[in-house]
Amino acid sequence: MTGLQDRLTPQQIEAFGREMDELRQRIVADLGQEDVDYIHNIIKIQRQLEIAGRGLLFAGFFPPAWVAGVAALSVSKILDNMEIGHNILHGQYDWTRDPALSSQKFEWDMVGPADNWRHSHNYIHHTYTNILDKDRDIGYGVLRMDPAQRWHPYYLGNPAYAALIAFFFQWAIMLHDLEFDRILKGERTVSDTKEVAAKMVKKASRQVGKDYLVFPLLTGPTAPLTLVGNATANLTRNLWSFSIIFCGHFPADVESFTQEETENESRGQWYLRQILGSANITGGKLFHIMSGNLSHQIEHHLFPDIPARRYPQIAGEVRAICEKYGLPYNTGSLSHQLSSVAKKIVKLALPWVGQPRKPSTVERDKVRLAA
Amino acid sequence: MTALVPGRIRRLASLAEALLTPHGMDRYLELINPMLVRNEIRGVVTAVRRQTADTVTLTIRPSRAWRGFTAGQYVRVSVDIDGVRRTRCYSPAGSQHQHDGQLELTIKADPKGLVSRHLHKNAQRGTVLGLSQPDGRFTLPEQRPSKVLLISGGSGITPVMSMLRTMADEKHPGEIVFLHYANTADDVLYREELAELTERHPGVKAVLAYTLATSASSRRGADLHGFFSAKHLTEAAPWFRSAETYLCGPKPLMDSVRELLEAEGLGEQLHTEEFTPPALKFDVVDAKGQIRFAHSGKEFANSGKPLLEQAEDAGLKPEHGCRMGICLSCTKVKTSGCVRNAKSGELCEDENVEIQLCISVPVGDVEVNA
Repeated sequence: MTGLQDRLTPQQIEAFGREMDELRQRIVADLGQEDVDYIHNIIKIQRQLEIAGRGLLFAGFFPPAWVAGVAALSVSKILDNMEIGHNILHGQYDWTRDPALSSQKFEWDMVGPADNWRHSHNYIHHTYTNILDKDRDIGYGVLRMDPAQRWHPYYLGNPAYAALIAFFFQWAIMLHDLEFDRILKGERTVSDTKEVAAKMVKKASRQVGKDYLVFPLLTGPTAPLTLVGNATANLTRNLWSFSIIFCGHFPADVESFTQEETENESRGQWYLRQILGSANITGGKLFHIMSGNLSHQIEHHLFPDIPARRYPQIAGEVRAICEKYGLPYNTGSLSHQLSSVAKKIVKLALPWVGQPRKPSTVERDKVRLAA
Repeated sequence: MTALVPGRIRRLASLAEALLTPHGMDRYLELINPMLVRNEIRGVVTAVRRQTADTVTLTIRPSRAWRGFTAGQYVRVSVDIDGVRRTRCYSPAGSQHQHDGQLELTIKADPKGLVSRHLHKNAQRGTVLGLSQPDGRFTLPEQRPSKVLLISGGSGITPVMSMLRTMADEKHPGEIVFLHYANTADDVLYREELAELTERHPGVKAVLAYTLATSASSRRGADLHGFFSAKHLTEAAPWFRSAETYLCGPKPLMDSVRELLEAEGLGEQLHTEEFTPPALKFDVVDAKGQIRFAHSGKEFANSGKPLLEQAEDAGLKPEHGCRMGICLSCTKVKTSGCVRNAKSGELCEDENVEIQLCISVPVGDVEVNA
């Protein structure tokens, strides 16, 4: 029994897919000046915060200036990573034809080259969302995040590895594209990584040079304070991005799928898988912006190339469609979703949790209905 | 140019680039003033005049990366309309030696043209436009020919006007005839400039021909009447057989001039600005695969024609300009599949690369983010 095949009849799945397509068409037809003004405004705020943060760190000997500088730089890095970088690299603004908003040309303030990430994220993760052995974002090839992943003593370290990933998230994202896990499995050789690795070295040295060498040196005697400030801003962004992203696919009740059940998937089934495999986070407007609107992970996975500011606007409709077809719509507060993810990370470190596959939410809903 | 920039400024610029990685200096400078950009080329409109009812002439000061142009070349001009950047090619009409380095563009509002109508209606002093470095091979040889015949029709006047003004600035010692076709007296561009040039330069003669003038007032100032003919040619430039001819205008004018000169065996002395598409090579018999336009959700079988045509056949209306691979207006991201460049025959199998729909022919399954 799986959630994917048994939830809807073929007629239902077709009608459901059509409704999603129509919703998509409506938004695409409505894209225009407002969307461009929005992202330009966010970019402007990010650049101003960045300049303010860097500037304040020149007065880093004065503690309030240091704190304010680090705060401004952290917010700048978060905006650059999420609402700007992630979303532009998805091609959400490609229709504007502005090279500065082009998924092919944009580069973000992260050590991982945008180019490498775009392939692994947009293509592998968004196409094969939550399909075991296909979607490399399930546990990033390092963690046990799904009960169907076979236990190994290595996974006793699950919580420790997760903490490491959280702290060094930008480095984890970069190294993810080397596909170590696939090299270990023999699906890839070390020499295959040459090209991506060369790009990583180039990009990472520029990033490190800027944050940990040139800016600190420019501030002269307070260089160590500047270095620590920049490191703190990177760390803040790492922890924040990690939290938002892990809440997108790993809270309890988010489903994963086997390759067999997703063979010859129709458009409607693909939409369905995106809904079952994603979870939202509730919050206010500012929170949504700071999360790059990935707090609407469900809407993002349905329509990854539509400007993210549209997700909150359509969330009500998506949810209504889910209710109409009796589909779950996983959402909760940040603290609720985070603790759900944390519990999963700890539980799956243990050999007796998981295997065989946990029942899908279909079973859960049946039990609920019966009770 | 770079060698002239003092070393200290260059070192400062490279330090700034190191500090402002990965976005680069332009993305910060433009927040202060869009014209401060160093790498990108932009132009600010410094003057607007309307020579005729349906044209607008813009004087544009380019940003520092602009390297100048050669008379007859075109530039890609970009403007954002309803949030979408639109790009079209226009040939500057001024002299390549213009001392203040400004550009002059004369744009005719095409009733169906999105960009030309927008600029005609909205361009004003202070408007900032995107520019490219100049391009195009419709230019005079380094060694200027002693006899030059410049023929143009309508807004096709701009590249040859640039040639005329350039040669005038160079005090061209030979003979130049400027034969220009306009609908009526009210549609003549650069009338005063032509009068002034012929007065100041004895070797320059301007001949105006009106094609659609019926009333006396619409005929004022005409030297010739009706469409281009052998008679026009001999009247305007009896020495045309020993001249180099430069031609730009609507297709019927281009065709009749070409026909006549080729019949005279003068095909090699004729130089044209081709704003009409060259023959593209594609095969509609052995076409295979499915084409998917991901953004609009349209999917259809590959007919073997260029993607722009296939999209239009499927009821989509992708943005486009020249339809011949010049203007980059129809550029979209190809997310997967292989396409053949119909001009060069080159194959492109990379994922996530920009392609020009008008000259890209799908080879098998192709997905485009459009």
